[in-house]
Amino acid sequence: MPETLFEIRGLTKKYGPRVVLDGLDFDIVKGECLVILGRSGTGKSVTLRQLNGLERPDAGSVVFDGTDLTGLEERQLFPFRRRIAMLFQGGALFDSMNVLENVAFPLREHTDIQEKEIRETVRHKLSLVGLKDVETKMPSDLSGGMKKRVALARSLALDPEVMLFDEPTTGLDPITSATIGTLINSVQEGTGVTSVVVTHDIPLARRVGDRIALLVEGKFSFLGDWKEAESSSDPFLADFLAGREEEVEHVVV
Amino acid sequence: MKIREIAEETGGLGLLTGRAFLALLRPPYEIGLWIRQMEQIGVRSLGVASITTIFTGMVLALQTALSLPALGIKYYIGSVVSKSLVRELGPVLTALIVGGRIGSGMTAEIGTMKVTEQIDALRSMAADPVKKLVVPKLIASLVMLPALTVIGDALGILGGLIVATSTLNLPAGLYLNDVFDSLTLGDVGSGVAKSFFFAYFIAIVGCYNGLNTTGGADGVGRATTNTVVLAAILVLISDFFLTKLFYLLV
Repeated sequence: MPETLFEIRGLTKKYGPRVVLDGLDFDIVKGECLVILGRSGTGKSVTLRQLNGLERPDAGSVVFDGTDLTGLEERQLFPFRRRIAMLFQGGALFDSMNVLENVAFPLREHTDIQEKEIRETVRHKLSLVGLKDVETKMPSDLSGGMKKRVALARSLALDPEVMLFDEPTTGLDPITSATIGTLINSVQEGTGVTSVVVTHDIPLARRVGDRIALLVEGKFSFLGDWKEAESSSDPFLADFLAGREEEVEHVVV
Repeated sequence: MKIREIAEETGGLGLLTGRAFLALLRPPYEIGLWIRQMEQIGVRSLGVASITTIFTGMVLALQTALSLPALGIKYYIGSVVSKSLVRELGPVLTALIVGGRIGSGMTAEIGTMKVTEQIDALRSMAADPVKKLVVPKLIASLVMLPALTVIGDALGILGGLIVATSTLNLPAGLYLNDVFDSLTLGDVGSGVAKSFFFAYFIAIVGCYNGLNTTGGADGVGRATTNTVVLAAILVLISDFFLTKLFYLLV
């Protein structure tokens, strides 16, 4: 029986009068890759940010490995955040640091390893994402795809148990997007990490996802594996996966 | 601005001060970050602080001597320039000019990090943004603004000397004797103490507005403007009360 890593119950989040998450219940199993799909602005990233405590819910619980993260103070979350890495939409590399310093940041922050070993680890993590000889470059010198790769290398620095991916292919061309998908797969296979990917990129979802969840109006209208998704009678899920457009009034320009 | 917003902002500034103080006490002490900020905030502001106070000293000497010639005030120009500069103009003008530069820089840097998710990235890597960003800027400001003020005071007095000898035909010895006879340790202490408070206001407002920036590049612009305005207002208002306090104490 697969081990449950996250147990999310009754997750509710409101911004003013707007209910973004309306009592979500779901589990994440160790070693799986769960893809959360949904239209823009439906609260996919908000859901992801609850999993490492970057945002707090208004109600509900996020139990990670037996501990409810929602009741913890910021500093009490630190031990868990070392185990749960996150890749941000724009990469979120530190502008003032070069690639080496960015990838080395978590190592310098949380380990006592020597500088020589840090440099070797950084080189190794960069090679995992297909980069070499970029250590001295600044983030402003990198393309969008390279930034994402460096950010991925940084998030892998502490060998996390969970990876959270927030829109990993947004703003990238199809070839680079496919490469990022391959990297997510290879990280998953190489390290056995548990992944949660938030995206509306269906090809990426098909490439990396073991299960998919479709977020509609604060709830998952579907949660299951691809086989169940293909045989589902939910018309919105079928439209979403096929990328069919919604009916709009004809606009004359 | 509504009363509620003012109360929220004041509370936020107080809370950030408390968090910064706790983060400062908690090891490890990241001296390297503090020194880098001191270079950024102090050394790089030396030029602008020097120009501000040297010309203020020159103008002060010129205005005082030329506007009140009948009183023979030019023989006391050293005490007028030094007292005005050391107690009042040095700390306030340095805080306004340097504070505008460093406060807006802090907000722009932290605000950009906020809207590009770099602050969230810090948090997600189990690092404390207050310890990494706010504490070094606060420490550097508290050390460097008083230091810049003292350097500015000296340069302002030098500016007065230049005008006294070149335009008012006073002997340098007379001017300097007047400066050293009139200036007390209390004058210097009150000026330095004022700049210490000003440094706190500038740094905490700069960091607070940066951490609360929302809304992309436009938001960064608004937050930066807000910092310059609020820091200047706090410097000017607190200056009045600090002046009253220091005259009671010293």
